[in-house]
Amino acid sequence: MSGILAVLEQRGGVLHKMALEALAAAQQLGSELDLPVCATVLGGGGDALAGYKLDKVLVVENELLNEYTPDGYTLALKQLIAAQAPSFVLFPHTYQVRDFAPKLATAMGRVLVSDVIGHRVDNGTLVLVRQLFQGKINADIRFEGEPPYFASVQAGAFRADKLVAGSAPVEKFSVELSAAQIRTKPKELFRESQRAVDLTAADIIVSVGRGIKEADNIHIVQKLADAFGGELAASRPICDNGWLPMERQVGSSGQTVAPKMYVAVGISGAIQHLVGMKGSKTIVAINKDPEAPIFEVADYGIVGDLFEVVPALIEELNKAKG
Amino acid sequence: MKIVVAIKQVPSRDSQLKINAAGKWIEDADLSYEINEPDAYALESALQLREKASGEVVVICAGPAGASQTIREALAKGADRAIHVETDAFEVSDPLALGRIMAKALEAEQPDLVMTGLQSDDLGYGQTGVILAEVMGLPHATLIMSMELDGNTLTVKRELEDGWFQNVEIPLPALLTIQSGATKLRYATLMGIKKAKTKEVKKLPAAELAVSAAQVIHLDRIYMPGKTKKSVVFDGPAKESAAKLVEKLRFEVRVI
Repeated sequence: MSGILAVLEQRGGVLHKMALEALAAAQQLGSELDLPVCATVLGGGGDALAGYKLDKVLVVENELLNEYTPDGYTLALKQLIAAQAPSFVLFPHTYQVRDFAPKLATAMGRVLVSDVIGHRVDNGTLVLVRQLFQGKINADIRFEGEPPYFASVQAGAFRADKLVAGSAPVEKFSVELSAAQIRTKPKELFRESQRAVDLTAADIIVSVGRGIKEADNIHIVQKLADAFGGELAASRPICDNGWLPMERQVGSSGQTVAPKMYVAVGISGAIQHLVGMKGSKTIVAINKDPEAPIFEVADYGIVGDLFEVVPALIEELNKAKG
Repeated sequence: MKIVVAIKQVPSRDSQLKINAAGKWIEDADLSYEINEPDAYALESALQLREKASGEVVVICAGPAGASQTIREALAKGADRAIHVETDAFEVSDPLALGRIMAKALEAEQPDLVMTGLQSDDLGYGQTGVILAEVMGLPHATLIMSMELDGNTLTVKRELEDGWFQNVEIPLPALLTIQSGATKLRYATLMGIKKAKTKEVKKLPAAELAVSAAQVIHLDRIYMPGKTKKSVVFDGPAKESAAKLVEKLRFEVRVI
């Protein structure tokens, strides 16, 4: 087909929220590169795609794909890609994609350009942008050699609200799979505990990161949250260390929030954290490193030592409130 | 049980990075380096598993001569021996090429279990483990928080998104990528540091392992990211910056 194939993700027939962004990416690249666009989803959920402007929707049904396994998905997609011969294969950069897409690309002698945050078309050639060094540096990457070319797009890189509606024919594709080829056995999904804190309901969130240095210092940021009348949250390392409970974690492995104001204290802004908070209406960053990636998404920032800035800020807030 | 842990040496987290003149990599002459943090957790998981199941922990590290510092630290923490795949940074910038080189270096080892961190703090592809598994023909599981060994089967706890987890059974030999933070890291003891000096480090030049394959991706250039938002940043004395910020939040954002 020499077009673009979007490989999407679903659970229980419902598309992953990032799947629609990957579909939008496929449509956008399709129009920029003048290529036809198809989409597929394994294990059900294909009907949800028929309402978009696509050349076709490929539905791959096989009872061995009902549950996700890296072996099953890789073997099935390898057959689909060999039969359809797309030039580009796009994925949403989800945890599941991180689990199987590098295996699939390797099995086909290719490299997945993972975690793509932007792109441009340079004389007809696609250039992808991804981050290095925890978001401190960007890199431009091009594909070389023969297609297919594999890429996964990070949350927020493409906008699902730009999806073009339409009516796409749905086509079945059957794959050869045997139970013996699937080496891992997935069990039930579970959650550790009920969440007592719903950060998504907070208007103001004050979030703390590695810069706080030790558990005994957390109270400084709690006081700032109190002064703002907001909820306290944290980046992953803080929760990993047990300094705050996991339910207060914001980021790709924690909660995704979009409050009126998000104050990031001592958080450098690795992409895993940014995807959980960059939809916030106003972002304030306090960090000693002026080059920290958090300043790229901040509306307001203070460069300085948080142990000086936070107490000063609390004092000013109390003054302002009279 | 033989456990191989793939580790990487990366610039320290608080490094001030500068782009080199060619715009292809960072100025790396004056940087300090450390073990890639997720790999430190992989090493810790391996050492804990060896304590329960007995056997051997072998670290493999692809990197320049200077990576021997990180290899010695891993040996000091308790790894039994090491394989140093000697290569400069450019040869390892393609994760598939690296996976093939590492698989070749491990051919003689026949490990029961290979572990590595979920991603590197420098290139951040988050793929080396999965690629290595595919090249070595091993089943894999990623983002592992903990594991239980029962005979020839591991039951691993995988982290999924939004606070979900899943247990997965995986037969040995296998490869796991380890999530950071799920366990506490040990420090090297004085005795460990002393012992490390006598432990074997096998050096394998990457050129001798190189598998001829065409490059499939090309890094054009690296650069500092442009700002996506127009931000107002105060960098004066703390008190002054705090006062200015509160004024903005009161009168522009109106959240106070």
